[in-house]
Amino acid sequence: MLSPAIIQEFEQLCGKENVQHSSATKLAYSYDATANFQALPDLVVSPRNTEEVSGIVKLCQKHEIPIVPRGSGTNLAAGTTPTKGGVVLLFRHMNHILELDEENLTVTVQPGVITDELHAFVEDKGLFYPPDPSSGKISTLGGNISENSGGLRGLKYGVTKDYVLALEVVLPNGEVIRTGGKLAKDVAGYDLTSLMVGSEGTLGIVTEATLKLVPKPNHNQTLLAVFDSLEKAAETVSAIIAAKIIPATLEFMDQGTIQVVEGYKQIGLPLDAEAILLIEQDGPEEIVASDMATVLTICEEYGAREISKAKNEQEAEDLRRARKDALSCLAQLTPTTMLEDATVPRSEIAPMVREIIRIAEKYDVRIHTFGHAGDGNLHPTAVTDARNEEEMKRVEDAFAEIFETAVNMGGTITGEHGVGEMKSSYLEWKVGPSGLAIMQSIKQAIDPNNMMNPGKMFAKSTRKRVVVHNG
Amino acid sequence: MAEAQLHVRIQEGFQQEVEEEKLLDCMRCGFCLPACPTYLHSNFDETQSPRGRIALMKAVRDGMIPFDDSIEESLDLCLGCRACEPACPAGVEYGSLLESARNVIQREKKQSMTEKVARHGAFKHLFKNQRTMERTTGLIRFYQKSGIQALTRKTGVLSLLPSIMKDMEAILPIIDKSKIKKGHTYESTKKTTKVAFFTGCMMDTIFSQTNQSTVKLLQQLGCDVWVPENQVCCGALQGHSGELDMARENAIQNIEAFLAQDVDYIVNNAGGCGAFLSEYDHLLKDHPALLEKAKAFSEKTIDISTLIEKLGITGRSLKLKNGRQAVITYQDSCHLRNVNRVVDEPREIMQSIDGATYVELPTANQCCGSAGIYNLIHTEMSMRILDSKMEDVKATEAQFLLTSNPGCLLQMKLGIEKAGVSDHMEAMHLVDFLAEYVEVE
Repeated sequence: MLSPAIIQEFEQLCGKENVQHSSATKLAYSYDATANFQALPDLVVSPRNTEEVSGIVKLCQKHEIPIVPRGSGTNLAAGTTPTKGGVVLLFRHMNHILELDEENLTVTVQPGVITDELHAFVEDKGLFYPPDPSSGKISTLGGNISENSGGLRGLKYGVTKDYVLALEVVLPNGEVIRTGGKLAKDVAGYDLTSLMVGSEGTLGIVTEATLKLVPKPNHNQTLLAVFDSLEKAAETVSAIIAAKIIPATLEFMDQGTIQVVEGYKQIGLPLDAEAILLIEQDGPEEIVASDMATVLTICEEYGAREISKAKNEQEAEDLRRARKDALSCLAQLTPTTMLEDATVPRSEIAPMVREIIRIAEKYDVRIHTFGHAGDGNLHPTAVTDARNEEEMKRVEDAFAEIFETAVNMGGTITGEHGVGEMKSSYLEWKVGPSGLAIMQSIKQAIDPNNMMNPGKMFAKSTRKRVVVHNG
Repeated sequence: MAEAQLHVRIQEGFQQEVEEEKLLDCMRCGFCLPACPTYLHSNFDETQSPRGRIALMKAVRDGMIPFDDSIEESLDLCLGCRACEPACPAGVEYGSLLESARNVIQREKKQSMTEKVARHGAFKHLFKNQRTMERTTGLIRFYQKSGIQALTRKTGVLSLLPSIMKDMEAILPIIDKSKIKKGHTYESTKKTTKVAFFTGCMMDTIFSQTNQSTVKLLQQLGCDVWVPENQVCCGALQGHSGELDMARENAIQNIEAFLAQDVDYIVNNAGGCGAFLSEYDHLLKDHPALLEKAKAFSEKTIDISTLIEKLGITGRSLKLKNGRQAVITYQDSCHLRNVNRVVDEPREIMQSIDGATYVELPTANQCCGSAGIYNLIHTEMSMRILDSKMEDVKATEAQFLLTSNPGCLLQMKLGIEKAGVSDHMEAMHLVDFLAEYVEVE
């Protein structure tokens, strides 16, 4: 509980209407999209500009109050859950597109701009901002930058970090820095832009960002390939890449996912298929046509039972949307949905999918898998019930083994959701003790009082490794 | 002490009546947020969002936070438009959760005076009894003609409602006594289909002309139209405001009245009523003796645009009378769209009229802010929503703004008046537009 005097200081700074602390508001900002994490903040503050953000940070330093910057709360690793209380910082006033620079092909935005709004804005001008997380219709760019969000187009176009050119950041001491610039080349000192991207709000608060744009591809084609076996689908993915084709999208859904998605969408997905691949290529018309012809041949060679091309943009969008809604659709099955994003080198997709199936059987848990097959970023999703402690323990153990397996294959514990609080005890598995130590010393140097999103990224202790019995 | 007891009573009420399984269906992905008008018009305040409201219900139920005014305000400020339902990939039954929560709050909480008086006036008097509604609307008409404000102040009908009522009365249509006779069957020459017509209380009084147009159109398309005698208000306004028992009484009476004859469809021309009628089976789920009948009733319920589409209206030649040309646009009825999922039918009808250019209103799928009696109780939010809606409406440059629900129609008329475009734009029910301006071969 913050004293009325302290609350008043925030009100003087940002205006009374921008400082909320009713029990309803505190509750409404007590969660994000991660199951099983919830905690009330003390205050919800909506600054109107960078100066106010800086003022809030200084006030928080003075009174030792934790700060949790929050976009739209779609995080899947408890990254925006205020587990240590404090101030939840909102960007609902700082949600403007500030500048489109068509000479430098950049767009400058405030953190509260909705991802899909930026997509629509730049595409209207014949330009393209590729990162497209599935939550794009509500996620904010500030959130995308802080989490280094990926999405369906990661394989060909990369992820958020590949499009951030410059940032304005409020540091934990209240000072404002500008990193990078509208520059393709810039080697002046440490790359602080890269350090900030994906730092999950633990190092500073992004208050403005300049993003790189590319020309909008003028043509695209989408196809759906249906498989009777998971392995065949996974082998097809590897074969497409081996044929030197990099599709804009190469997505995968298993049978359980197909069934719930079809139940909600009713767009004619085959309920008896073991796996489907959603493949999309964009670019100049001739290249798209020749790439897709090759893809089609490969799908046939590797045993696709059925291949259908989207007839128009609406059909293509229905298919994309179906994939993007997969997680929420899975939520229909059981009270709790636990989604992970273990990622492996793309050559390891088939073995990884097999391992996930084996692990699910071993721990007797229901895990459905979908994901960005083309870039090795899988989303094994456990459908369970948080009220069943015994089952939750098995789910946790299964995921631990999945992480371990992914790391052993040269992969990672999280491809695009972030470490947050949920995966903090696994971070060392991926980065090693020395890697973890250097990360902690960076955090200590920039945020010595640990007030920026505390409890995230770094755990009190690392989880004990499981012993993986292969074969 | 009294306060403590209240929040405990509400928590217990939630535990018994707000289903945990339905709350747990929400996995908090946030995909509902961009569909929620109160979220958008509160400048993205999660407290005023479906995800926030579901979390609030769950937190109160679980005892994480005690029920208080801020929680009540959040649940109260919901329009109940249910635009979050089609947006939800997890299939959360938000409308049902909200209804149960409001029912508990309404029952347990001593109502504040203004609200009590407003609800008393609106439900007990206006909507319960058709004759009162007729008398009241007659009074409004008299008020319109005479301009004697003192009279309505004395009767307490208008003056206890906020200033919006003054704006409202300016746009109320001329009220005629309904010419549609209850108990009568209006026969057609072809007799291909038999329907029972749900007249609705607002449609039967304020918009009685629309009912006449509806019956005529159905006759023209080969329907015998029976108007059951003992029908009453559908109960939607009561149900949405937490007066579920009152709503159930009406439902039971309507089921008896309409199932007295064997008909192909039970047709209505008010999206809000239609949605509620189609969910009678849900409303009466704890009344096993009536459930089968309720299901039969709900299954036969159909809205006018879907029915005339089924009867082949778009296959006929439709053209504007006298070679006229006009731009038309359409504001969805939220419940027709979000509950009954009727989206294409009205549009297909409008698009098949020669001489009319149909322009899609970009925010047609978002609530206009009418929402039952929401505009009377939460006038500020309602007007914020309406003003923003009218900007989009103006951009369509339509001469006719069509809707499928009386509440929306009144709100659109108010919007046109407020936006100062009444000299070149008119709001009409789709059926009235067809009757007045369209030649149906």
